[in-house]
Formats: sequence, C-alpha cells, structure tokens
Amino acid sequence: MPNKDNQVLQDTTKAINATILRAKLLDTIMTGVFYVVALFFLVLLIVFATYIIVKGFMDFDISMMAFDHRGIGNQLFNTVYLVILALLISVPLGLLSGIYMAEYAKPGRVTKIIRISIETLSSLPSIVVGLFGYLVFIVMTGSQWNLFAGALAVSILSLPIISTTTEDALKSLPDGYKKGSYGMGATKWQTIRMVLLPACIPQIMTGIILAAGRAFGEAAALMFTAGMSTDINWNSTNLFSSTHPLNPFRPGETLALQIWASRTEAIAENSTQIANLCAAILMIMVFTFSISARYISQHINKKMIGDNK
Amino acid sequence: MQDNSRVIRQDISWKIIISLGGFFMIALTFALGFFLFYRGIGTFTTYDHSVFEFLFSSTWAPADSHDGGGKVGAAIFIFGSISTCLLALLISLPFSIGVAIFMTEISPGFGRKIIQPIVEIFVGIPSVVYGWLGLTVLVPVIKDVFDTQYGFSVLAASLVLAIMIFPTITSVSADAIRSVPKNFRQAAFGLGSTRWQVIYKIVLPAAKNGILTGVILGLARAFGEALAVAMVIGKTKVFPVSILSPTTNLTSAIAADMGGAMDGGEYNIALWTMALLLFFISLGCIFLIHYISESDGENI
Repeated sequence: MPNKDNQVLQDTTKAINATILRAKLLDTIMTGVFYVVALFFLVLLIVFATYIIVKGFMDFDISMMAFDHRGIGNQLFNTVYLVILALLISVPLGLLSGIYMAEYAKPGRVTKIIRISIETLSSLPSIVVGLFGYLVFIVMTGSQWNLFAGALAVSILSLPIISTTTEDALKSLPDGYKKGSYGMGATKWQTIRMVLLPACIPQIMTGIILAAGRAFGEAAALMFTAGMSTDINWNSTNLFSSTHPLNPFRPGETLALQIWASRTEAIAENSTQIANLCAAILMIMVFTFSISARYISQHINKKMIGDNK
Repeated sequence: MQDNSRVIRQDISWKIIISLGGFFMIALTFALGFFLFYRGIGTFTTYDHSVFEFLFSSTWAPADSHDGGGKVGAAIFIFGSISTCLLALLISLPFSIGVAIFMTEISPGFGRKIIQPIVEIFVGIPSVVYGWLGLTVLVPVIKDVFDTQYGFSVLAASLVLAIMIFPTITSVSADAIRSVPKNFRQAAFGLGSTRWQVIYKIVLPAAKNGILTGVILGLARAFGEALAVAMVIGKTKVFPVSILSPTTNLTSAIAADMGGAMDGGEYNIALWTMALLLFFISLGCIFLIHYISESDGENI
C-alpha cells in the first residue's frame, strides 16, 4: 500500500502548504490593515492640529489681542497668572507627597490608601473638582468668583501629576546614589536634599511642565471658581482694587473658558473668530509645553547614558 | 556633637513635614469625597427622594427652591452618559489597539520616534478645543450628511469623546504590549508563526490586562468630560431615539445648570447628587484597575 500512503502524505503536505499560505496571506493583509489604521490616525491628528492653528490665525487682527474687552489679552494674562498661582500651590505639596511615597512610605495599608487617593485625584472629573472648589473656596468663604479659588481648584488637578512624576523619578535613581550618601554619614533628609532631588530635577521639571500644560487648558474646574468675566484696569496702582491685574482675588476668565463662553453667551459679533484664536493659542501652548517636556527628558537620558560610560 | 544633634533634629522635622505632605493627599481626597457626599446625599435625605427614583425615573423637574417637591429622575442624563461613552469606546478601541500594535510590533522605530510623541501631545490637548472643533466642524457636517435638524447628536458627542480618549488608550496599550517579554515572541516565531499569529495569539492575550487598564482609564476620562460633550450633545432632556438625535448627559447638566440654580435648593442638590455619582464612577474605575493589576500578579 505504499501508493495510498504516498497519497495521504501528499494530501497532508498540500493541506499544510495551504494553511501556511493562508497564514502568510492573512499576515500580509493584517500588516496592511495596521499600516492603514496608523497612517489614517497620523493624518487625522496632523490635519486636526493644522486646521485649528490655521483657522485661528486666518482672521487674525491685532485688535483681537488687545488687553480690553474686545481682545483676549486679558484672558491670556489671566491664564498665565492662574497657572503660576496653581503651580506655586501644587509644586511644593506635590513634591512633598512624591518624596513621601518614594522614600518614607512603608508598604502597608496607609501607603495603599495614599496611593489610591492620588489615583482618585488624578482621575477625578474636572467638573467635580470645580464644584468642590465652588463650595469650599467660594460659598464657604463667602467670596466672589476669584482667580485664587480657580488656582486652588486647578492645583487639585495638577497635584497628582507632580506627585507621581516626583515619585517615579526618585524611584528610578540607581541605589548607589543613596548608599554612597549614607556611607558618607549623611542623614536621610540630607541625602534627599543634596543627592536625590538634584539628580531628579530634570524629570521633576518635565512633570511640572506637563501639569502646567494641563492647567492651561482647564475649563470645567474654573467655570464656578475663577468666574466667567474679567475686568482689568491696567493703570490701577492699588493691589487690593478688584481691577488690579495682580490682585488674585478678582474674577479672571481664562482662554479655555472664553471658548466655552463664546458658545453659550456669544455677545460680540466676532466671538467665533475670537474662540478660533483662543483654540489656536491653546494648541500652540500645548505643543510648546509637550516639546519642551520631551526635550528636557531626552536631555536627561543623554546625561544618564553619559554618566554610565 | 552639637552640630550632629542639629542635623538629626532637622532630619526628624523634615520627616514630619514630608509625611504631612503624604497624608495631605488622603485628607484632600477624603475632603472631596466628604463634601460631595454631604451635598449629594441631600436629594435622598432633605428632599426625600428614593435612590431608585434618581437612577431609573426619567421625570426631571426639580424645584429651584428649598421647599422641594419636584421630581429628580436622572435616568436620561445617566443613559446619555453611558451611551455616548460606550459608543465612543466602540469607535476608539479598534483604532487605538491598531495604532498601539503598529507602533510596538510592526514599526517600533517609527512608532517610538514619530507616533509616540504625537500621541503624547494629543493627550494634553484641552478638552474645550476638542469640543470647539466638534461644534464648528463635526456638528455642521453631521447636519448636512444625515440631513438632521441641528446636527447636535449622540454621534457628535461620541466622536468627540472617541478622539479624546484615543491617545489615552493607545499609550497605555502600547506600554502594555511593550512589557510583554521578548522571549514570548521569540518562542512563537521559532515555532514558525507569522507576525499576525504572534500578535493575535501571543502578544494580545499577554497584554490583555494592560490594555483593559487603558480602556478603563479612557472610559473614566470620557465619563468625566464635561464641556466638550456639552458643546455638541444638544442638551435636550429626552432619551435619544437614534444616534443622530440630541440628548444630554450628567456632566453637561452640571456645567449648564449649576450656575443658575439656587444654592441649597432641590435643583442644586440634585446636581450635586449627579456629581456624587460621577465621583463614584471614577472611584469604581480606580478599584477596577487595582483589581485587574492584582489579578495579574503584580503587586502595587
């Protein structure tokens, strides 16, 4: 029966060959599909970004940047001022909790609760943070909408970002840093301050820039805290006047809120163009911030590799 | 010796300060939870509505006063949130995983140098910008293409959300795929698998939990998104009949009505209850992620 055996062998070979062929064909098809999907999204995202930026500056007129109610100069100033205030609050606190989680926390229930707290904060809907801010910083203190309340609300959102990057940066340092320092007789705090923190400054900077980028575009948390109006008198000399630019206890609408406002309460006839411009400026800010964050983190990578040589 | 004791005292005082910084995070989270709970529970205690009514009734007519007596059925809002988020996930997921696979398995060099930075930049784009683009581009297009009255629709909201959560899911999934050990792939290739077989049978199952984490993070972001959705969903308080009809959701109700509602009134408190619900949803997402990573054998 060698003939029949041969036949079976041939059939099996044929079947195997067909399977292999099918697998290879499927592989080629799927590779193609992945290329198409990736390319499609790349193109979509790039078109998206250029569209916003180009459209924003299409009807650009210098009066749209004016520092009065016709332009968005005041909003831009408010945004920058608010982000600085928010960072002044959230950076020290974020650093402290990041250091705690990386260096002091002992594995156990308390540490787990802190970790869950940080994660909860980082995934909180910003509108919920806005409501909390409205209740605690506005209603309970009996004050008007003000920039400082807005900065506090935004700090709640940026705290977890700064805390997590600090923790990750400290944890990624080689053990030798710490051992070397302890070996010299340094205390824990001296080690952290003189050795560990300086070594992580670039990574922490990256985290701060990311947090600032998020704060720039925040709107929902500010609706009920920083307020939807702005009135700045640039000639004011009284810091406590409610129109002095640097008084944090005055209402301060930001760029992101301006976009929202032009949707709901469009009064000015060029509100669409203004909103386009706001969107474009926000996009450019986001790009600047992400690119500088990337640059800094690449810079440290180079430095680290250099150190290992 | 005196110098030594000063240094040690300094060490101890900083230990206390830093620990306080750590515990501040718990205090802040609990304060948030407490105030949300304290306010949000008012619908059920002060104004005497049942949880069942809030979750499943669709009659939304809270009284804007301290007297109460209105109806607080939030089913339309809840349904609006769930339907837009799930549809967004459905749209976003295949693309996210496709791009994640492309940038890790098919073209790692190009993926790391070009796609990864672009995806990361898009994580940071403010949501109002997405909403604004949805309002000025997507809504008119939907209006023309499908010949609907306004163009504000579940579809518009879902598309905006889908673009928003795409970078989140993609970058988390890509991380998960990258962390699959190399020898898994080598073993499969050694047995003669094609690349697609390796991806489909080995890499994706091994990265399953990480991808799931990305999906949950994306969902959490979609659920909490307020202004972008509020701009395109239409804010009509009816159940959507199709994906082309307008409806409303939890976050846009809070964003739109909170400013006008009388503080402490039934309307105001009902909106707080919605915020409490959102808080529980995001807490639920966190616990789900912990559960997944623990079942993965990774300890936190």
